[in-house]
Amino acid sequence: MSVDELSRAFRQHGRIVIVGASLAGLRAAETLREEGFTGSLTMIGDEPQEPYDRPPLSKQVLLGHMPADATPLPRRRALDAQWRLGVAATGLDLTGRQVRLADGEEVPFDRLLIATGTRARPWVKEAEADLDGVFVLRTSDDAARLNRRLTARPRRVLIVGAGFTGSEIASACRERGLEVTVAERGPAPLVGALGGVIGAVAAELQREHGVDLRCGITVTALEGDSAGRLTCAHLSDGTVLDVDVAVIALGAMRNTEWLAGSGVAAGPRGVACDAGCRAFDIHGIVTDDIFVAGDVARSPHPLFGYQFLSLEHWGNAVTQAEVAAHNMISSGPDRLPYLWVPAFWSAQFGVNIKSTGVPTMGDKLMITQGSLAEHRFTVAYGFQGRVIAAVAFDQARWLDFYRRLIETAAPFPLEFANVDRRPEGLRAVPSEFPDPSLPSHGPTVTLSGYSPSDRKVTFTPARM
Amino acid sequence: MRIVVDLNRCEGYAQCAFLAPDVFTMHGEEALMYTPHAGDAQREHVMRAAAACPVQAILVDQRDDQADEPAAQREAEAHVR
Repeated sequence: MSVDELSRAFRQHGRIVIVGASLAGLRAAETLREEGFTGSLTMIGDEPQEPYDRPPLSKQVLLGHMPADATPLPRRRALDAQWRLGVAATGLDLTGRQVRLADGEEVPFDRLLIATGTRARPWVKEAEADLDGVFVLRTSDDAARLNRRLTARPRRVLIVGAGFTGSEIASACRERGLEVTVAERGPAPLVGALGGVIGAVAAELQREHGVDLRCGITVTALEGDSAGRLTCAHLSDGTVLDVDVAVIALGAMRNTEWLAGSGVAAGPRGVACDAGCRAFDIHGIVTDDIFVAGDVARSPHPLFGYQFLSLEHWGNAVTQAEVAAHNMISSGPDRLPYLWVPAFWSAQFGVNIKSTGVPTMGDKLMITQGSLAEHRFTVAYGFQGRVIAAVAFDQARWLDFYRRLIETAAPFPLEFANVDRRPEGLRAVPSEFPDPSLPSHGPTVTLSGYSPSDRKVTFTPARM
Repeated sequence: MRIVVDLNRCEGYAQCAFLAPDVFTMHGEEALMYTPHAGDAQREHVMRAAAACPVQAILVDQRDDQADEPAAQREAEAHVR
């Protein structure tokens, strides 16, 4: 049989298994069916719920506007899939081509998509993490539990970690009129993702909204009473804080443990794959039938020096899943590269924060529109003489323009003659990212791998 | 009916907040908050909002019959056993 015939036969009768039944898994499944895959499709997910949307959990749900179980994702089409929900995958047999499940069953496949995502990083000390009143926020069950407790009006909520999730939770708590302390190891909120200059604006926002923000502080211990209820937190400056709720918001861990020993290149940084979403094996050789998408994947991006990017972004889960699914049922030149320009949003303290590109790569930045003092601005990040990212606070409409600057490697510093004239002037200053080797809040974009630092790349994204 | 908004696309034009104010509201200057699960009484408003969105960021579940596919399948499996 020719390659084309094989490919056609697979589209008709192949067996595809998707491990991970959240946003990426669902969108991949829909794409497979939309593009004509008629073989068998199995969806495996460790949570009992059908695929649901997570961003509302830290916003609408914590504000009490809607229950945590009201975010099931809309479907683009019927899937005709076998669903195995509430059972985790525990192993992968590459040569035997089957996935082992926690209940002992083995599910055979011809092609596999790994979309197991991430989970909340738990509090380091297990006994303290088990105290009644200590929470994380990742799943809809987490959100339901936390919302129940916030509704009971605790005296004070402690948020450990001021990344995007921690800051959004703090915002929701303040909007409900609850007393909130935020403890952040770094010098400012969002500093890992956006740098110190923008982090200072985030700090102002928090304090203006009544958050007791403490930076350069770690939580050394959580203490409970004899009944196991959280009563106070010890901080590294010696302060003891009376709290009855603590939310651990220390970032996420990638769900790759189930792949240990499988021969797939999986580790704490995720599953490495090529730009076509095909997983590497431990020898660095690309596999033919194992694909990766979403939070758990890390893949090289030509626009960002071929660095391997791990992106914990909603849009990444959607777009990478679509590319992976397309490539699973395509061959040779029909396969597409994954060239999405990273983008994410956050809503906190009444401000709409949006980002495009990879801010963590930017060693310099300049405020190109608006002003930091007004908390309404657009900032461009530069790296080696080109625009690498842009972030907007309540100026979302401009970001598409900046995305095109990033895609065409426009020179940095930017020289706009008539976009916006401000007393501060257009000036490039250091963006003040913390030393990545220090333990701190993880950025939402992780960079790793080889960087040839090509400054002349011209980026023309392929059309789907 | 189920709703999800691609907030990467959303640029805060607030057309949806005018057309289906019970489902879409602006939070601050330009952040959008929405109810991901709206009652059928809202269907017409929501469909109008989705059509009017200048950046086409609103995805609505059009089909009720497959909305609970996994649950329906679990039920079917339970009957077999």
